[in-house]
Amino acid sequence: MSNTTTETEQPPAPDDTAAERLSTAPVESDGPTGMGAFGWARWMWRQLTSMRVALILLFLLSLAAIPGSLIPQYQNGQGQLKVEAWKAQHGTVAPIYEKLQLFDVYSSVWFSAIYILLFVSLAGCIVPRTWQFVGVLRSQPPVAPRNLTRMPVHAVWRTGADPDTVNAAAHRLLRKRGFRANLSGGSVAAEKGYLREVGNLLFHLSLFALLGGFAWASLASGTGGKLMIAGEGYSNTITQLDDFNGTRFYGNQDLDPFYLKLDGFTSAFQTKGDQIGAARQFTANVEYYAGSDESKLKKSTIEVNHPLEIGGSKVYLIGHGYAPVVTVRNGKGDVVYQGAVPFLPQDANLTSTGVVKVSDYGTGPDGTRTQMGFSGFFLPTAPLSFEGTGPVSLFPGDAEPELVLNAFAGDLGTDSGLPQNVYQLNTRKLTQLTQDGQPAKARLKPGQGWTLPDGYGSVTFEGYKQWASFNVSHRPGNAIALTGAVLAILGLIGSLFIQRRRIWVRAVALPGGGTQVELAGLARSESAKIAEELAELAVDLQDDAPASEEEDGQTAPEDGEAVPEDGEAVPENGDPAAPDDPEAEASAPAVPADQNSKE
Amino acid sequence: MQLASAVDPQMADLSNKLIYSAMVVYTLAMFAHMIEWTFGSRGAVAVRSKEQAGSLSETVAAAGRKAAKKVTVTVAGAGGGTTTLTRTAVAGEGATVVTSGRGAEEEDGPGAAGTNDKADLAGRIAVSLTVLALLLHGGGIVARGLSVSRWPWGNMYEFSCAFAFAMAGAYLVLLASRKKVRWLGLPVVVAVLLTLGIATTTLYTDSEQLVPALHSPWLAIHVSTAIFCGGAFYAAFIATLLYLGKDSFEKRVEAGLTTGPFGTSASIWRRLPAASTFDKLSYRINALVFPLWTFTIIAGAIWAEAAWGKYWEWDPKETWSFITWVAYACYLHARATAGWKGRKAAYLALAAFACWLFNYYGVNIFVTGKHSYAGI
Ligand code: HEM
Repeated sequence: MSNTTTETEQPPAPDDTAAERLSTAPVESDGPTGMGAFGWARWMWRQLTSMRVALILLFLLSLAAIPGSLIPQYQNGQGQLKVEAWKAQHGTVAPIYEKLQLFDVYSSVWFSAIYILLFVSLAGCIVPRTWQFVGVLRSQPPVAPRNLTRMPVHAVWRTGADPDTVNAAAHRLLRKRGFRANLSGGSVAAEKGYLREVGNLLFHLSLFALLGGFAWASLASGTGGKLMIAGEGYSNTITQLDDFNGTRFYGNQDLDPFYLKLDGFTSAFQTKGDQIGAARQFTANVEYYAGSDESKLKKSTIEVNHPLEIGGSKVYLIGHGYAPVVTVRNGKGDVVYQGAVPFLPQDANLTSTGVVKVSDYGTGPDGTRTQMGFSGFFLPTAPLSFEGTGPVSLFPGDAEPELVLNAFAGDLGTDSGLPQNVYQLNTRKLTQLTQDGQPAKARLKPGQGWTLPDGYGSVTFEGYKQWASFNVSHRPGNAIALTGAVLAILGLIGSLFIQRRRIWVRAVALPGGGTQVELAGLARSESAKIAEELAELAVDLQDDAPASEEEDGQTAPEDGEAVPEDGEAVPENGDPAAPDDPEAEASAPAVPADQNSKE
Repeated sequence: MQLASAVDPQMADLSNKLIYSAMVVYTLAMFAHMIEWTFGSRGAVAVRSKEQAGSLSETVAAAGRKAAKKVTVTVAGAGGGTTTLTRTAVAGEGATVVTSGRGAEEEDGPGAAGTNDKADLAGRIAVSLTVLALLLHGGGIVARGLSVSRWPWGNMYEFSCAFAFAMAGAYLVLLASRKKVRWLGLPVVVAVLLTLGIATTTLYTDSEQLVPALHSPWLAIHVSTAIFCGGAFYAAFIATLLYLGKDSFEKRVEAGLTTGPFGTSASIWRRLPAASTFDKLSYRINALVFPLWTFTIIAGAIWAEAAWGKYWEWDPKETWSFITWVAYACYLHARATAGWKGRKAAYLALAAFACWLFNYYGVNIFVTGKHSYAGI
């Protein structure tokens, strides 16, 4: 690296095809050639498909991905909530961010533009490269250059053996070493490591498969959510799902038909140490059948890392909690409500909140038609006293369950016809019941009842069940993406661990008698490996072409011309193409980087 | 309700003690390496190391015998100089001796100890201490795993311990396979100490079981390959830095200056391998690790698919793995692009490693995402 001036110097151009590049990497072009729109278009296309622009686009892609990791995104888990919270906090910049699509980076116009350009560039690069490579495969390795001692890696000696014998031996030895070798015109040309190029092409092509998998998934997938209390079941239709997000090719009508029932739920938690309360095990026991054939009912379990596949959908366990069972009686003692109501966890210890809506209460103590609502907390492990802390659970397991309730009477607003959040009480037309001037409130243990003030009847906390929530996800294209990924890795291994190289051998009769044997090697970079390989070959070849005695095995030829001592005879990139040929530039790193990291 | 499987507190305690002891021994090894570097600067820097001289004479002896086959291969150097590689095969014995002589400009330095015997002794002591520390360190990791009967990399503390172990282990494996990498000793030991230091102070969490999202065979696969990649990227980073340093030094020498970059002593740089050696080393490591890093990301995606229903969600950790991946792809591309070879490519490698570091510490500490559920 210390002396780069040699790069620009003119080496005596070693002839012909030996200079053919060992890489199909695209070539740098200097400027628009020819006039007019066509010339410019061609130039721009060349630019777009050049290595330099590919590099810049790759760099831009990594830069562009950064903001999405620092700013909340709509598409992340609970993205909507986080984005809203963030917007509320940063009132002034939020609209600008929204305009710049910073809450939606990975589907934004600018992010898409970068990767689309990158893939266009890739297509424009990979297709010609593939053709070129097919051409290389169909032709023989390029014939040996005239002067092998000008090559970056070479060896020379003299022998008494006949040139034809030596060439034939070299041909045989190279074949034995797995080279594709061709003997013609008094020299042997051999090449090995085509898999490197194959690997590189395969890697880049499989990036398209990856992208295709991604695209297919984003056009034809859908996810729904369903919360079930132990003992409940549902059919996978739009009306029975809690929510559903479809796409172009997987909408409300396309849902995979199946039935799923939650039989029971088991959980386990850490009981000591500084991670006390952390979840250790969640298992949902379910029954299901695909399609509509009830007789095919099967039992199974769903755990956090083990979704259940039914038809074209996968069912994931994503949450769980408790559902207190309550019975409400009106003033006359009639049961007006009975059932399990899911309460939603608010913290890691499953302090849960929820509401009970009694819309068919009947007539209240004052004789008019009324409704009742209860809001409160379910604490799986309640503290002795709420003083200072309020109602919080101490542990997520159900060691000391308690239900804390407030009561409201009036109009729930359910008759308006508008959809209502089942986990919230709309208290606009409700009045809270009071006792001794304080809001009426009760702490109930399972089995306990609470007589409501003012003759509103009673509430009984019968017990509780567990509930689990599931994500029902239909995502095609996974197999394509996975295949792409596996091929990409295989391609990379070929591309990075295999070295493509050429070896030439020429034995010529010297005018004064005897034979001169010349060997040369060319790799994409000057590595120690090619030198060692050449040395091994030479040692083997000396069985058939022993070095002449008088030279005592010395190999350096006397004529200084052959050895590039002056440092100018060999272009430094290991590619003896004339440097004004722009191809020479793109073909190999200047630094002797060993591409062959196999050993 | 069932109880989670228990934690063995004695094992957990033993694990902590072993890790602390390992840190003490690593510190001693660090001092020994410092002594090696200090004494080494007093001895004259030899042009050729003793080992090389030894094998040269062997070759000469072998070549002198009858029926020896000998080949010299000439290799043109980057700067226009030439290097030769000689292979000698003694007929009938099947043995070959390889000698390589190098052109002056590509001379590798003799190593930290220079030619000073005391420094060499200090270096040997340092290596022995590192081996001892590695044994303690490994014991600590195993004890941690035994205390909870699972793979010991469920949180950042455990992850960091394993990562430091991988780093020190890789270095010793290289040494054991007779690669001349003792000069790596000081940077490696310092990096290990830093990692362990951060792990035991800010990242520490008690030995516990895992949350259910981490119950997966992909955990062992994804996390262990991530640990390996981290260690290797670290090593490549050190090699890249040294390449930049040595390259500047070589340029300064050409310009007639006598000190290293940033006023460092020339004697340090002279004892180190050639810039091209560092460059090759960092490329080799990065190229070797890149497919494995690709695999790590894919394994993570498969795991995410099993746990959350989507293999890619642009969660911050995922995003930064992707950024790191693209940055390393940039680096590999740069090495094949005219005008981007050498130092520019090296800067890209540094940037890629910075992304990796941010992914490792930054994302866990500054950004919240799904990956931050285990202690820290
Ligand atoms: C889509 C994003 C791309 C990624 C992630 C990517 C990644 C890589 C990687 C990791 C390598 C190293 C493997 C090796 O050295 O053989 C590589 C090599 C290569 N890439 Fe790409 N690449 C991308 C796009 C492109 C584009 C657009 C082009 C064409 C302009 C291109 C042309 C090449 C070439 C020619 C090589 C081989 C370089 C050599 O001969 O050493 N790549 N690419």
